[in-house]
Amino acid sequence: MIDKDIVIPGDLLSDDPRKSGKGTYVEDGKVFALTYGVLESKDRIKVIPLGGKYLPYPGDSVIGIVTDFRSSSWSVDINAPYNADLFMSEYPERINFGDMGKHLRIGDSIVTKIIRVDEEMRIDLTLKEPGLRVLRGGRIINFFHSKIPRLIGRSGSMINMIKEECQCALFVGQNGRIWISGEDDNIALAIKTIKKIEDEAHTSGLTAKIAQYLEDERKGIENE
Amino acid sequence: MSDEPESFIKDGIRLDGRRVDELRPLKIEVGVLKRADGSCYLEFGNNKVMVAVYGPREVHPRHLQNATEAIIRYRYNMASFSVEERKRPGPDRRSVEVSKVSREALDPVLLKDYFPRSSVDIFIEVLQADAGTRTAGINAASVAMADAGIPMRGLVSSCAVGKVDDTLVLDLMKEEDNFGQADMPIAMTPKDNKITLLQMDGDLTKEEFKKGLEMAMDGCKQIYEIQRKALLGAYS
Repeated sequence: MIDKDIVIPGDLLSDDPRKSGKGTYVEDGKVFALTYGVLESKDRIKVIPLGGKYLPYPGDSVIGIVTDFRSSSWSVDINAPYNADLFMSEYPERINFGDMGKHLRIGDSIVTKIIRVDEEMRIDLTLKEPGLRVLRGGRIINFFHSKIPRLIGRSGSMINMIKEECQCALFVGQNGRIWISGEDDNIALAIKTIKKIEDEAHTSGLTAKIAQYLEDERKGIENE
Repeated sequence: MSDEPESFIKDGIRLDGRRVDELRPLKIEVGVLKRADGSCYLEFGNNKVMVAVYGPREVHPRHLQNATEAIIRYRYNMASFSVEERKRPGPDRRSVEVSKVSREALDPVLLKDYFPRSSVDIFIEVLQADAGTRTAGINAASVAMADAGIPMRGLVSSCAVGKVDDTLVLDLMKEEDNFGQADMPIAMTPKDNKITLLQMDGDLTKEEFKKGLEMAMDGCKQIYEIQRKALLGAYS
């Protein structure tokens, strides 16, 4: 069931150009939808896309995977159309010449932050802020990036519930990668729950629904 | 191969039972390919086309990339089994031309500067052809691009108008295309009535051209409603 309005590119959304938000554009003083997605009109009119790639913004915390390194920087895949760079100077420790590979190897996952995106979409990352780190153990799964607000819930209600019920450590990157660490059964339950949220992100009353789902699953496990 | 019909229109009804200003039945399915970022399967009368859209993604080979905006690559391809006589597979003069004009028909609605240094790749596979495959391809591609979440100013709709038995008819089918007097495919943005593709083969008088253009634009608007419904229906 759909209980939100779906719009397609070119749909007229408003006559007030000041209300134009993300996913919209203004032409002749009118606001139109830019992408195919779900309409949201609280104070500004936004279109939450139903498809498409993650677009990096400065300040986003993302999960990246190291794909290459050069003499003074690592190349990091951040699930966007472009690779990002992590410079040696943005690594928390001092690195001696030629020691890049000892700190971060190809294939390593990191929780990192985007500090700069220029007009040619060259992206710079940092590891020098609290909370940013190299990930050891656990699993990474992919989630659709524009549904992440639903996964987190109002002031973190949804994500905290999953963390508590599944007894997992979770980190949600803004680029749609989620890192989960914990016992195998707990990880499996967390992944199942997250997939359910992804499938039902466009319905309302989701937090209550997921709470019920987790409770049922718990009972199912106990009865076995 | 001369199965040319004696007359194309009898009592205002065409060979396949349509009126002169009637489109063939159009069926659109969105998101049919899992691996593609956006996809669409479309049936337009006896035409069957499958479209996959990838991107925005990194450009390979690298020298094609543009530092200020995305590049669009459009590949129109007819399957060797799509026509009666086996078509030699691979690109030929015709499909290169169709790819070029179709790409240019979609180009004006795309906001390419959102994705510098990247490419959007559109692949059109014609599985079964029955005249009007380029219009079918454009209709499907514009739906598939919306499905891929690519920012665009609006959809593009496309259809053809032609002349048989000295009468203008909308959306030619194969016999009308092969033995008719003219064929004029157009593509437009139904949102603001701008024409993005116009080709003509055969002869039309000035008056016929004007009337034909109006008929085709009207056809595009009917197609737009079906494209719209397909996209809205995909999530219900």
